[in-house]
Amino acid sequence: MGLDIRLPIGGLFAVLGALLAAYGLLSNPTLYQHSLGINVNLDWGLVMLAFGLIMIVLGRRGSLRKNAEIQLESADREPSQQRPH
Amino acid sequence: MNLASIDWIIMLVYLAFVLGIGFLLKRKVKTSTDFFLAGRAIPAWVCGLAFISANLGAQEVIGMAASGAKYGIATSHFYWVGAIPAMVFVGIFMMPFYYGSRARSVPEYLRLRFDEKTRGLNAISFAIMTVFSSGISMYAMARLIQTLHILDAPFQRMNISSGWIFHVSIIFSALIVLGYIFLGGLSSAIYNEVLQFFLIVAGFLPLVWLGLKNVGGWHGLKENLPAGSTHSWVGMSNPHTNLLGVEWFGLVMGLGFVLSFGYWCTDFLVVQRAMAANSMSAARRTPLIAAIPKMLFPFLVILPGLIAIALPTQPARATVSPSAVSEEVRAAGKGLIPAKIDSHTGRLELDKHGKPVLDYDLAIPNMLLHYFPTGLLGLGLTALLASFMSGMAGNVTAFNTVWTYDIYQSYIRPNASDLHYLFMGRLATIFGIGLSMVAAYAATRFNNIMDMLQLVFAFVNAPLFATFLLGMFWKRTTGHGAFLGLISGMVAAAIHHGVTLSADAVPGIKGAWLGTVIHVYPSEMAQNFWTAIWAWSSCFIVTIVVSLFTRPREEKELVGLVYSLTQRLDEGQVSWYKRPATLGALVIALTVLLNLIFW
Repeated sequence: MGLDIRLPIGGLFAVLGALLAAYGLLSNPTLYQHSLGINVNLDWGLVMLAFGLIMIVLGRRGSLRKNAEIQLESADREPSQQRPH
Repeated sequence: MNLASIDWIIMLVYLAFVLGIGFLLKRKVKTSTDFFLAGRAIPAWVCGLAFISANLGAQEVIGMAASGAKYGIATSHFYWVGAIPAMVFVGIFMMPFYYGSRARSVPEYLRLRFDEKTRGLNAISFAIMTVFSSGISMYAMARLIQTLHILDAPFQRMNISSGWIFHVSIIFSALIVLGYIFLGGLSSAIYNEVLQFFLIVAGFLPLVWLGLKNVGGWHGLKENLPAGSTHSWVGMSNPHTNLLGVEWFGLVMGLGFVLSFGYWCTDFLVVQRAMAANSMSAARRTPLIAAIPKMLFPFLVILPGLIAIALPTQPARATVSPSAVSEEVRAAGKGLIPAKIDSHTGRLELDKHGKPVLDYDLAIPNMLLHYFPTGLLGLGLTALLASFMSGMAGNVTAFNTVWTYDIYQSYIRPNASDLHYLFMGRLATIFGIGLSMVAAYAATRFNNIMDMLQLVFAFVNAPLFATFLLGMFWKRTTGHGAFLGLISGMVAAAIHHGVTLSADAVPGIKGAWLGTVIHVYPSEMAQNFWTAIWAWSSCFIVTIVVSLFTRPREEKELVGLVYSLTQRLDEGQVSWYKRPATLGALVIALTVLLNLIFW
């Protein structure tokens, strides 16, 4: 299928991670009494952001390679199609 | 529960991505193969994650945490005994026939291997089952939204009566799932399942981390739990010395063999994900790749349940209890798990021994509320909703395929154009979801009918694996044998259930409805496992006997469908670490190791 799935996964995680991390930076520390005093929004947001970015990079590389393969294939095919003329 | 804007934004971003994927994939759907089989173009790791995600419905996350709290680490048997071996078997031994026969569905394989009546029986019962399972998912999700009061505040602000919350939840979840399947078919469902897989991990991993940190790691957790609940095999020699109430033989044969192989090796809902793979080798690797995260899932879904029960019983903090909580009710709870309240009397629900009944299903929701601050709470709830939706979507995609190929194309309108079947697939998605909604509402009115249906499905499913095993590995098996075997298995299951009972149950839906009680099992679980064992054995024997008395099909017709008549696959081209046998051995070794660690 045309769409490399790592791109939407990466996109979702990058957006959600950035949102959580930003919220974690701006929020009041008293919020984190529940979570044992750890600013989990910031920490987990950064982890998700990093994961998202890695997925985007892998996904882009994957689709570039796929496109290159398709171009190579069509380049191979053209001369053979032209030969009979 | 009060959600802040950030929680809502997270949920909305997720929904936007889910529908966005549907729109992006819509352009790629041109034929019915694209819609129902994702064009057979999906890489193995994507199919693998979709394979477990489709099964990761409501019963998984909520239910496994609930049994974690109730039975302890022994719940891991549902993974390490009740899933992994079957997943390895289907990948190594059965996928060559599913994928290699070019059947488009599991019922279609049955027609190729046996005959029309066997396919019809399987297709029709499967179609009904998927619609009801999807409806049960939908119902459970709407109930959870109600119980957690997620929508109460926004509804109040908009001046809408809270009586609408249930209906809005049902309609809303139906529309989302309908949206992305209608647009992109199976590819869209698979893509979203993979997305949901990562989201569920992202939502629950911090929960396990915070919880374990709070109770002092695994050792701290062990100290706060009764001795029996941190071992999976100790005490399994006798049903009375373990919390599950089952002995090892019933567990291994009933759960590990009959039920598990019957589900993972024959249920089209999961097999469909592997059939969408881009090559035979990828199809065979699909369940094996899926097995690796699957064996680690107990840490994600069972541990929160254990932590919830190990924590000190909570004072007034923000846990959800069924209704207004008196001091008596609160004290009856355990850890984060509240006591159940009888909805008629408004008092504590007590069991036979006068002890309060706990509402274990609230383990995960209460853990989320206990540990997650605003922000992460939005993520956790989104993960929970995602798990409901992936369960629903898995059933709907399996339904629309079986309906269109195995029922509509076979019995109602054969020989139509491919475009017509593509149109029918989209239409089937709409009425499949419509029927699920009907089922969800039926569940609100007639709780017993749902219990009864699930019981009937259990009877229908239990013998299935015997039919497939004989069909694939014994060329002499005939269509009449398969069909009569299946019927006899279902009848055996029903009779066994009708004359047995579990220790604390009353005759009726829980068994003994034939009037006599021949045997009393120590637990309902043991009764279910043994019902399955009886069904399987009966199907196995009757299929063999009838096959011996009926005429088998010509051997040349069975090439590619039966083990002994199919050429061994040449794996020469695939690098060693991608070979199914290597992966399968690795998966089994790791599972054995996990069992030993948590012995």
